[in-house]
Amino acid sequence: MIMLRDVHKRFGSQTVLDGVNLDVQEGETLALLGPSGTGKSVLLKHIIGLIRPDSGTVVVDDEHVGKLKRKQLAALRSRIGYVFQNGALFDSMNVLENVRLGITDGDKYRNDEYATQRVAECLKLVNLAPEVVAKFPAELSGGMRKRVGIARAIAGSPKYLLYDEPTSGLDPVNADVIDSLVKRLDNELGVTSVMVTHDVRGAFRTADRLALLTGGKIVQQGSQEEFLKSRNPKVQEFLERDFPDATFAA
Amino acid sequence: MDAQTLDLRRFVGRWTLNALSHVGRISLLMLDAIRSLSEWRVWFPRTMTEAWNIGVGSLFIVLLISGFAGAVTALQARYQFTGTIPIYFLAGVVVESIVLELGPVLTGLVLAGRIGARYAAELGTMRVTEQIDALESLGRSPGSHLIVPRVLAGFIMIPVLVILADVMGIFAGWFSMTMVLPISNEDFTYGARSFWRPFDATYSVIKAFFFAGSITIVACYMGFNTQQGAEGVGRATTGAVVSSSVLILLLDVLLANLLLST
Repeated sequence: MIMLRDVHKRFGSQTVLDGVNLDVQEGETLALLGPSGTGKSVLLKHIIGLIRPDSGTVVVDDEHVGKLKRKQLAALRSRIGYVFQNGALFDSMNVLENVRLGITDGDKYRNDEYATQRVAECLKLVNLAPEVVAKFPAELSGGMRKRVGIARAIAGSPKYLLYDEPTSGLDPVNADVIDSLVKRLDNELGVTSVMVTHDVRGAFRTADRLALLTGGKIVQQGSQEEFLKSRNPKVQEFLERDFPDATFAA
Repeated sequence: MDAQTLDLRRFVGRWTLNALSHVGRISLLMLDAIRSLSEWRVWFPRTMTEAWNIGVGSLFIVLLISGFAGAVTALQARYQFTGTIPIYFLAGVVVESIVLELGPVLTGLVLAGRIGARYAAELGTMRVTEQIDALESLGRSPGSHLIVPRVLAGFIMIPVLVILADVMGIFAGWFSMTMVLPISNEDFTYGARSFWRPFDATYSVIKAFFFAGSITIVACYMGFNTQQGAEGVGRATTGAVVSSSVLILLLDVLLANLLLST
């Protein structure tokens, strides 16, 4: 379980997170919605310990992320797969080496036979042809880079998957492919997922639960139905463009 | 207290805090690198690759520059000293100038541009494209994957390059002297030996180690802390070259004062 309590974060004079409270239950897929630049990615990076909060607590599997020592943090990260917005693939490595780095168990990582087989499995899961292993990131399209990023994130068989804007910058067809992929992976692998996005329709297609981050706070979290019935003007404003026919509760 | 004095105090205060913050962050980066030394299976092969890149990639430019430096030193020594001191003294002047100063310093400055810029740009690009975050998110240490191989490769190869630069400089000095002056090989050797102390070679290598540290550590630090996209990468690269060059010159004075005081 992932739990954030009263998390505050400032960068210089800019307050990004202003008392965030959020729970992610085991096995569910939570979509974290919000306008661009509201700190969704910052919040996601708190969960994996890439950013530490100024105050408040981030707890993953009963471990306080901010208080973990180097090795403990590495162990926690090996249970979390993180899909970066632009893939964040290593330029100097081909797809095989990139995905292989996702195998977090040291012995398995060094076992060539296992690693090659695992990379092939992961690429198959994200609908990429086996021939792609020899290509370098610069030779891949945006959609393929995202899928390789997802393959790398699942290579270590993580318990949690964190997606940072998995469909941003993609055309609608490719965005739908990624959304379906996220949904399928969540079902097939049984992972707990948090997906940061500002694509409301995609979030409704893939997530069990939604949360809206705006003004540094989670202003609403709940099921899709609860969102559609919400009286919160910020929720209504955010959903209006994608669901113009929705009848928000008066 | 007038406004000017107050402004000066604020400036000095801000500058000092900024400098201390850099020192603190460099120390933390190095601490992380030292902690990751136990992961030798990660850093060892990468260190070999980096060492090969530094050594082979920089050999031509280092030999070229030290060769020209040796030749020019010999020609200028002829211009300055002919007729005032015995001609074999010039061989001593050339060899000592190369080994004590020109070999290590010129090599250091060239490598600050070549290696420092490359490291800062590579790591800076990795930082702004979230590749370093990705590495950390996979539970892997940037210290063992990125910092240790680059710093160790510098410590291994830069002294080797300095030794080769010294040899090339002396060879070029000998060649140009024997071409333009009536000096025999025996006189050149005699002159060079008259001023030579075994510590001179050690001093050259000690300087090379210090320069290696200042080039690689500063470049890794600058690259690792890059912010704000392509412009940030440019700033980090320039900053790495300028800072390590200044550091090399400061260390040059400091080491001369510490190690060459008779």
